[in-house]
Amino acid sequence: MSSLPLIVVDDLAKTFVLHNAEAAAIPVFSGLRLEVRPGECVVLAGESGVGKSTLMRAIYGNYLPSAGGVRVLHDGEYVDITRAAPHQVIDVRRRTLGYVSQFLRVIPRISTLQLVTEPLLENGVDPAEAQERAERLLTSLRLPRAHWDLPPATFSGGEQQRVNIARSFIRNYPVLLLDEPTASLDAENRAIVVNLIREALAGGAAMIGIFHDHDVRDAVATRLFSVTDFKAAA
Amino acid sequence: MNAPLPNNLAKMQAAPLLRVDNVTKWYGQILGCRDVSFEMRPGEVLGIVGESGSGKTTLLNCISGRLAPTSGSVEFDTARFGLTDVYALNEPDRRRMQREEWGFVHQNPRDGLRMRASGGANVAEPLMNLGGRHYGKMRQATVEWLERVELDTRRIDDKPRRFSGGMQQRIQVARNLIHGPRLVFMDEPTGGLDVSVQARLLDLLRELVRDLGLAVIVVTHDMAVARLMADRLMVMKGGEVVETGLTDQVLDDPQHPYSQLLVSSVLQI
Repeated sequence: MSSLPLIVVDDLAKTFVLHNAEAAAIPVFSGLRLEVRPGECVVLAGESGVGKSTLMRAIYGNYLPSAGGVRVLHDGEYVDITRAAPHQVIDVRRRTLGYVSQFLRVIPRISTLQLVTEPLLENGVDPAEAQERAERLLTSLRLPRAHWDLPPATFSGGEQQRVNIARSFIRNYPVLLLDEPTASLDAENRAIVVNLIREALAGGAAMIGIFHDHDVRDAVATRLFSVTDFKAAA
Repeated sequence: MNAPLPNNLAKMQAAPLLRVDNVTKWYGQILGCRDVSFEMRPGEVLGIVGESGSGKTTLLNCISGRLAPTSGSVEFDTARFGLTDVYALNEPDRRRMQREEWGFVHQNPRDGLRMRASGGANVAEPLMNLGGRHYGKMRQATVEWLERVELDTRRIDDKPRRFSGGMQQRIQVARNLIHGPRLVFMDEPTGGLDVSVQARLLDLLRELVRDLGLAVIVVTHDMAVARLMADRLMVMKGGEVVETGLTDQVLDDPQHPYSQLLVSSVLQI
């Protein structure tokens, strides 16, 4: 296994500028550096509002940083997510870099099974195999079979969150960003997700996570990273 | 003999399908769009967003070969001539390229369908235009496409007006994809539909785009449609592009004052 870091965050800074509020500038962090190697799960620490989610989103290319870069090892080469062309970022997100948010955001009226199969079909996996893998994952996440043909809109928060987890974990991403993936889960389901995370880490995945639940954090974290240390001056 | 392959591959991946360079359109003294440049690759979905009057339809018409720009060029990687300026082609060649390699889905199905012909004939017509002569084969392809867009094939001989708006739009989609285009233009493809019908049609379009590896340019003022369909966005205002980028980045962290206004104006339900 390569010991090269899978994620390298270089001197990252983010300041939001709100043009419709008299161009108010909201500095979040600056000069932030972080490396994550295979098998590591770095848990972001710091009080609410310090910029943990902002950092995750900047790493995913969802927020545009004000300075610095984020390199992700993709097909053996580093791609700077903050500067790459959209089609490159999309390719990195399809095969290398996954993001599990707290909330499920999908097209309405599509069945759960279809939603979980879709990421594999996008990657060119044979439909029969994709369906089988989706069913296996949904079973292991204990989502009742009666729900599979239904769209998740009416599911409970915990059920929706498990659909969301399934959509990301089905691709076996080498790099995963986890933004409170267990926030709405009960203890038993949390344990299942913790196992999924540990299996992926054992398989060499690199992760950055936000977990407010201390039990989950202690179960998966290989180290903590304080975002507060890079707080930008207002 | 083994070295050239990766090089060629890299070149192929880098080769644009469409190259738009400084396209400007004036209607007399009135600006349609100004200095628009971008490239499209095979399989990419570009969303053009902005309010009405922002120039997005003018731009779409310019790049789809339907409205000659005042200045600038639109080049497409044609099957017959390679990368060629669309407006440098003579009329018959340009029309042939549009028929063979492009599709255009209008907001109003009536603009894209022949209302006197049957639904099936509407879907089959592009094949006939391309010289298809085998009736049985064309009929079969038509049936397959009607199934693909989830229409009842027993209604193949019904006229479009006997179908609902959502179904008419599906006929229009089938008509524009049956001949295997590489680039499809869509002008508010779900604009006139009930929201309930919109979601299913959007999912169908996404599935087709994925399975066929289509490049799509979709114009919409609906940010939800943009988020669900497009890989990347161009935000237009007053005829100019004010921001471009990955779709979720433009929508979640817009940089330009106008994009910020546009995104923050979306009503939440």
